[in-house]
Amino acid sequence: MYAFDFERPSTLDEAVAALGAEGAQALAGGQTLIPTLKQRLAMPETLVSLTGLAELKGISASGGVLTVGAASTHAEVARQTDHPGLAGLAGGIGDPHVRNRGTIGGSVANNDPSACYPAAVLGSGAMVVTNAREIAADDYFTGLFETALEEGEIITALRFPIPEKSAYVKFEQPASRFALVGVFVSKSEGGVRVAVTGASEEGVFRWSEAEAALASDFSPAALDGLSASAENLIGDIHGSPAYRAHLIGVLTKRAVAAAA
Amino acid sequence: MPADGGIGAPNKRREDVRFLTGKGRYTDDINMRGQAYVWFLRSNVAHGRITSIDTAAAAAMPGVIRVFTGADFEGVGSIPCGWQVTDRHGEPMQEPAHPVLAQGKVRHVGDPIAAVVAETAEQARDAVEAIEVEIEELPAVVDMKAALEEGAPKVHDDLTSNLCYDWGFVEENREAVNKAFDEAAHVTTLELRNQRLVANPMEPRVAIGDYAAHNDESTLYTTSQNPHVIRLLMGAFVLGIPEHKLRVVAPDVGGGFGSKIFHYAEEAFCTFAAKQLKRPVKWTSTRSEAFMTDAHGRDHVTKIELALDKDNNFTALRTETYANMGAYLSTFAPSVPTWLHGTLMAGNYRTPLIYVNVKAVFTNTVPVDAYRGAGRPEATYQLERVIDKAARELGVDPIALRRQNFVTEFPYATPVAVEYDTGDYVATMDKLEEIADLAGFEKRLEESKASGKLRGLGVNCYIEACGIAPSHLVGQLGARAGLYESATVRVNATGGLVVMTGSHSHGQGHETAFPQVVAEMIGIDPNMIEIVHGDTANTPMGMGTYGSRSLAVGGSAIVRATEKIIAKARKIAAHLMEASEGDIELKDGQFTVAGTDKSVAWGDVTLAAYVPHNYPLEDIEPGLEETAFYDPNNFTYPAGAYACEVEVDPETGKVTIERFAAADDFGNIVNPMIVSGQVHGGLGQGIGQALLEQAVYDENGQLLTGSYMDYAMPRADDVPFYAIDHSCATPCTHNPLGVKGCGEAGAIGSPPAVVNAVVDALQRAGRNVTHIDMPLSPSRVWEAMNQ
Ligand SMILES: Cc1cc2nc3c(=O)[nH]c(=O)nc-3n(C[C@H](O)[C@H](O)[C@H](O)COP(=O)(O)OP(=O)(O)OC[C@H]3O[C@@H](n4cnc5c(N)ncnc54)[C@H](O)[C@@H]3O)c2cc1C
Repeated sequence: MYAFDFERPSTLDEAVAALGAEGAQALAGGQTLIPTLKQRLAMPETLVSLTGLAELKGISASGGVLTVGAASTHAEVARQTDHPGLAGLAGGIGDPHVRNRGTIGGSVANNDPSACYPAAVLGSGAMVVTNAREIAADDYFTGLFETALEEGEIITALRFPIPEKSAYVKFEQPASRFALVGVFVSKSEGGVRVAVTGASEEGVFRWSEAEAALASDFSPAALDGLSASAENLIGDIHGSPAYRAHLIGVLTKRAVAAAA
Repeated sequence: MPADGGIGAPNKRREDVRFLTGKGRYTDDINMRGQAYVWFLRSNVAHGRITSIDTAAAAAMPGVIRVFTGADFEGVGSIPCGWQVTDRHGEPMQEPAHPVLAQGKVRHVGDPIAAVVAETAEQARDAVEAIEVEIEELPAVVDMKAALEEGAPKVHDDLTSNLCYDWGFVEENREAVNKAFDEAAHVTTLELRNQRLVANPMEPRVAIGDYAAHNDESTLYTTSQNPHVIRLLMGAFVLGIPEHKLRVVAPDVGGGFGSKIFHYAEEAFCTFAAKQLKRPVKWTSTRSEAFMTDAHGRDHVTKIELALDKDNNFTALRTETYANMGAYLSTFAPSVPTWLHGTLMAGNYRTPLIYVNVKAVFTNTVPVDAYRGAGRPEATYQLERVIDKAARELGVDPIALRRQNFVTEFPYATPVAVEYDTGDYVATMDKLEEIADLAGFEKRLEESKASGKLRGLGVNCYIEACGIAPSHLVGQLGARAGLYESATVRVNATGGLVVMTGSHSHGQGHETAFPQVVAEMIGIDPNMIEIVHGDTANTPMGMGTYGSRSLAVGGSAIVRATEKIIAKARKIAAHLMEASEGDIELKDGQFTVAGTDKSVAWGDVTLAAYVPHNYPLEDIEPGLEETAFYDPNNFTYPAGAYACEVEVDPETGKVTIERFAAADDFGNIVNPMIVSGQVHGGLGQGIGQALLEQAVYDENGQLLTGSYMDYAMPRADDVPFYAIDHSCATPCTHNPLGVKGCGEAGAIGSPPAVVNAVVDALQRAGRNVTHIDMPLSPSRVWEAMNQ
């Protein structure tokens, strides 16, 4: 690690001010950022810890919406029962250590193309709430490790419309156990959403053909004959674009079966 | 279980109390007064010429004590290779220099270029980033066959080519083998790759050099499996320090799997720099460095052919293997694809004619050397895969084909230079069929079908040569060292014992198992015996631990030394009881005069040895301490039969191991619990190789699997509960314990079982798949199914 200063503000306003300084960066659970620092791949001047902010804490459901504070750990999200699809996803991230440190806000801010949460956020049509505004999931994820967040903007909460049915199915990359491909499906009044992570060179995306097929018939059989395109999919030592495209089809069916 | 906790007792591992409560003392736990830290500048290109190094800015950084480059190592020796192979034409292998820090050229990603010693590791690392180095990048060679092509970039400019050696074994049989193939009723051919692996011990490598100016003594603390070997190699060949001025200490070591046998540049660097700077110098490898500097394992590409007669008897075997040496010759690298591989190609079978050709190749990759099994897994994999393929081509049962060709009479001289002293391959196969419940396979197959899964069964045998090794034999084969083992048994005045062994424990449980041997011989409580190892200052010259040798060779040395102790103690007892020595019997720690009720206890005798008031001083010396060196007169030959059942998910290609059974013949067993643990660990690594692990370079020599994000290690949920058995014991005929060694078996025997099972599953499902290269990752299996 390079040397850095460390601040732990106790209010959101203080945190926003601290992050306004040159070279400041937010630190949540550290499960992504700390390994990056150890490898000397980042050189922040100041780390601003978000763990002291009451505004980022707590999980509550009301009016069909589950509000998850950005500093909620994966373990906390896994324990809530209002949104089982989301709980299942959170419970499958990493290992107990990672789940007890890592946060939903950190994961969504980071937008790793193989991460699990982006699929749930996009696949539920959730709202990303920040200190400054609310961003719809469809506008939020803009590319690999790219999001609509401005410099210094802090995610404070994620607001998930609670779907009638939902499930996430992850096919693990054998080494990292991140998603080689992960599919989140949800069915709610607003329609069906199918979000795919791990597969695309452009990050998490919605598989609209599958959504259309499932809209009238939310069953695995509705997907028969449908295959995802391998174009722009990731090819690496763990799987070719064709393999990932194939997995998208298989996992979507399994997710629908699990949700139904 | 023997009530006395001696041979055969499943005593709990006493070292585990230390390890599990965080009281282990690993090299990184050692911190010395005035200690400085080194960080290495490592090449980020696979091949290049260093055109300039400017260390001025780095030298001026805070905390920097000194910056070293290759220029500081002029006059220092090359990291030596411990084995010389002679090629098919009688010529010695090509042996390049291996500098401590790069001299002019870098040859793999991770090759050390310069080093900064500073007050803290972070300061050293900061300064490394300030070194300005210019490298003219050269085309890299990664693929072995490409490396041998005319005009390929040369890894070493001063060698004639990238070919280290072209080895033929047994060269005299070459034509006879070819003729047998011409006359064969059936020939089965298989091309395969035994992929490159990274050993990944839990503890990364660490080295601390220390220098005492007042007596000109150097000490190296290091994560080594064989401290005496490091002392000899580094002292005699690299730094020119005689043994009496060089101490090497390998304290608790957190796993090695072979990768900590070898002498590494960082060890020499720290020892050298400590003397230059008159300060202790410490290096702790990061995991990232471990991936690109620890010797890798395997990396063979092979074509194997099996000839059979019309009755399905094996008549000849022919192989052509390309073995990757990496950029330099690591300590034992040349021996792995030759003498640890070619000599095992007979397997458990009567194949009268065998010819093995191995081309060892330099490439711009991390050096490759022994990794759990070393050569024997490669031999077993090829052989057991080609036999399976032959059985399918011939439409015969793969187990029956094996049984038909088993060696059944011992001793058996193979056509590849070794003689199996004993074994019973029929018995282990019978036992396997029982513990694997092969009779119930069809039913399980139906159950899998019902749940939409493809089930397959893979069976194979293995044999290995352990108890490494008879010195006279390995000397003829090119070893530059003897491979005996040593022990000193020191009895204290009040009867407790300390056994100093030249072997080294880094997970094997020596501290528990070795006392069981001595306790059994004397008839005392094993808790009266302590094991000391790992420090050249207080153990006799020994060759360390690898090749499943510690009990077979090191244990035999302990037996020999204990026999000397007992012989002397008997003399003392005879004197104390005024009886004749021939009448003295030792049982349960009591010396008695045969046929009388006269006896003296072990403790009385040991006290007499050190307080010799009533003592036969005219015949024997006081004291009770003996040393023995044991040089085996043959290898040992553990063997067994393994069975694996898999399920393949036809939609994703994912393989799960549903059942795994291992029937091993390890000869006599000293501690069955430790043996089971060794088998479990070996199976885990073998399954890891079969399904998950692989080190991958891109065409430019960049390591794509440089962290656990891409290098897949086996985890608990990747392996099943094992059914294991080691009751089919045919004791080794030539060592005093009748033991054979069990450390590598699991890793040697399991990969072919897994691959045979997956191929079986796919064939049963009507897929025309005859082979898939390891690791059988979901994507590879899916691609094979859908080709
Ligand atoms: C061994 C291991 C296994 C893992 N497995 C998985 C897996 O299977 N699936 C998966 O999805 N992930 C996995 N992860 C990643 C894990 O989920 C991380 O916890 C998560 O990606 C980052 O969350 P964090 O709270 O740790 O963020 P940090 O590491 O603290 O921060 C990550 C980034 O987000 C920024 N940031 C953090 N919080 C906010 C905020 N509120 N507003 C704005 N920016 C913010 C930081 O500045 C930083 O750039 C794994 C991690 C490890 C170490």
